[in-house]
Amino acid sequence: MNLFLQQLVNGLFIGSVYGLFAVGYTLVFGVLDILNLAHPAVFTLGGLTALWLVETAGLTIFQAFPIAVLIAGLLGLLLDRVAFAPLRHRADTYFSGLISSIAMAIMFESVALGVFGAHTVRFPANTVTPTIWRFAGITVTSLQVEIVLVAFLLMVGLTQFLKHSRTGKAIRAVAENERMARLLGIHVDRIIAFTFFISSALGGAAGILFGLYFDAMSPDMGRSIELKGLAVIVLGGMGSIPGAIAGGLAFGLSEVLTVAITGTSNLRDAVAFAVLFAILLLRPSGILGRSRMREA
Amino acid sequence: MVHLTYFFAVYGSLINFIGINVLLALSLYVTLSAGQLSLGNAAFAGIGGYTAGILTTQFGVPYLLSLLAGALMAAIVGFLLGMPVLRLRGVFLAMATLSFGEVVRIAAINLKITGGAEGLLGMPAYTKTWFIYLVIAVVGYFLSRLRYSRAGWSFESIREDETAASAMGINTIYYKTLAFTIGAFIAGLAGAMYAHLNYIITPGEFGFSAAVNLLIYCIVGGSRVWYGPVFGAALLTALPEILRGIGVTAGPIRMFVNGLILLIVILFLPNGLISLFQRRRKVAVSVLAGAGIGDN
Repeated sequence: MNLFLQQLVNGLFIGSVYGLFAVGYTLVFGVLDILNLAHPAVFTLGGLTALWLVETAGLTIFQAFPIAVLIAGLLGLLLDRVAFAPLRHRADTYFSGLISSIAMAIMFESVALGVFGAHTVRFPANTVTPTIWRFAGITVTSLQVEIVLVAFLLMVGLTQFLKHSRTGKAIRAVAENERMARLLGIHVDRIIAFTFFISSALGGAAGILFGLYFDAMSPDMGRSIELKGLAVIVLGGMGSIPGAIAGGLAFGLSEVLTVAITGTSNLRDAVAFAVLFAILLLRPSGILGRSRMREA
Repeated sequence: MVHLTYFFAVYGSLINFIGINVLLALSLYVTLSAGQLSLGNAAFAGIGGYTAGILTTQFGVPYLLSLLAGALMAAIVGFLLGMPVLRLRGVFLAMATLSFGEVVRIAAINLKITGGAEGLLGMPAYTKTWFIYLVIAVVGYFLSRLRYSRAGWSFESIREDETAASAMGINTIYYKTLAFTIGAFIAGLAGAMYAHLNYIITPGEFGFSAAVNLLIYCIVGGSRVWYGPVFGAALLTALPEILRGIGVTAGPIRMFVNGLILLIVILFLPNGLISLFQRRRKVAVSVLAGAGIGDN
C-alpha cells in the first residue's frame, strides 16, 4: 500500500513536469493550429542553458532559472520570426509549419550537441540540497515539492493571465478567429510572437525542472518527452490548457502505475501510445477539449 | 574499371542505403500524393523487415517469397490501420500514425519472436545492389503510370481539396485507403530488402526519427512528382559523405546543414529542390497553386 502511495506521489511529480511542457505545446496549437515540433528542442536548450549558467557562470539555480527561462522565451521569438511568420499566409500553413518546426528542431539540437557534446550532463551536486521528508512510509524530497510548486505556479499563472489580462484576452481572441481579431484592432502578429515567447519560456522551464528531477540531461533529451507531450495534449484536448495540465498528471500517473503493475519499464510507453491512439479514434477532441471538426 | 571497383568497395554500402531510402521515400510519396501526412511508413518498413527476416531465418522461406510476404503483411496492416485513421485530417492523422509507429516499435522490443531490443539477427545478405535499383525502376515506372490513371487524378484532387473532391463524386475513403495501402506495401518491401542487407535489424531503426527522415526526403526533393523524393533521399543520404569530401567532419555541423536545407526548401521552394530543374512554366503554375489565400 505504501509502495502504491509512493508511486502515486512520484507520478504526481513527473506528471507536473509533463503538464508544464504540454501547456506550452498546446498554447501554440490552440492559437495557430500548428504543431510546433521545435518545442522539445527549446525544452532541451532551456535545461542546458540553466546548467551552463550554474556551472560556468557560477550562478545559483534560483538566479539561473529566470535567466534560462527568458532565453528560452527568446528562442520562441526566433522560432516565430524564422519558421512560422513567413509561412503564415500560405494555404498549406499547418503542413509547412510542421516541416519548418522540424527544421528548427534539428538546428537547435545540433547547436546543443555542438556546445554541450553528446554525453549526459548533470547539475553540480550542490546546486540544490534537498531535505528529505518521510511520513506515512512515503519519501518526499524538498526538491520534488519545489518542482511541483514551480510547475503549478507557472500553469496557474498562465491560466489566470489568459483569463484576465488584456494581452491574455487578445491571445484568446486571435485563437478564436484571427481575421476578426485583426478587424478589431488587435496587433495579431505581435500577439502571436508573444504567444511563442510564453510557450517557449514554459517549455524551457519544464526542461530545467526535468533536468533537476532526473539529474541527467543530454542534447537529445527532448526526444523522450516529445511524443509524451503529444500524447498529453491530445489526451487533454488540443489547445486546452486545463486539459494539458490534467493530461500531464494522468500521463505521469499512468507511467508509474504501468511500471508498478507490470514490474518492468518495457511497457511504460506502450500504454501511453495505445491511449493516444484510442483517443484520436474515439474522441478526437480529447477529454476536456471542445468538440469541433478535427480539421487542421 | 579498377577505379570503378575501388569506388564500389568504398561506397557500396552507401549506394545500397541510398537505394533503400529512395524506396522508403517513394512509399511516403504515394501517401502524400493523396494529401495524407503519414508518419507510419517507417513502422510499415519495420513490419515488412521483421516479417521477411523471421520467414527466412526461422522458416527457411526463399528470399523473393519473403519479400512478397513482408510487403503484403505491411499492406494488410496499412489497410486495416487506414480504414479508421484516415477519417482524421492533417496533424491528427500524423499523430495517429505516429502513435501507431511507436506501438509497433515497442511491440518489437517486447516480443520474443522479433528478438527484443537487441534486434533480429542472422538474415543472409541476399539483397544485391542491382536488385535494389531494379525494384526502384519498377516502382518508379508504376508510380509514373499511376499518376495519370484514374486513381492518380483522384489522389491529386483529394490533395487539393478533399471536400470538393468528395462533392465531385470521388470516393475519397476508397482512394485515401488505396494510397495508404500502396504506400505501406512499398515501405514493407523496402524494409524486407533492408533486413537482408544488413544482417541485423533493430526496433530503433523504424522509430519516430526514421519516420521524420522520410518526410524530410520527400519535402526536400519535392513531393509533387515521383522523382522528387528519389532526388531528396539520394541527396540527403549522401550528404554526410559529400560534406566529408569538402572537409566538414563534425557531426553537429552536418546535422545543422540538414536542418538548414530543410528550412530553406520549405520557406523558398515549397515544391522541393526538384522544382529548380523543372520547366519554368510548370514552376510558375505550382507556385500559384501553393500560394492560395490563407484562411483558417
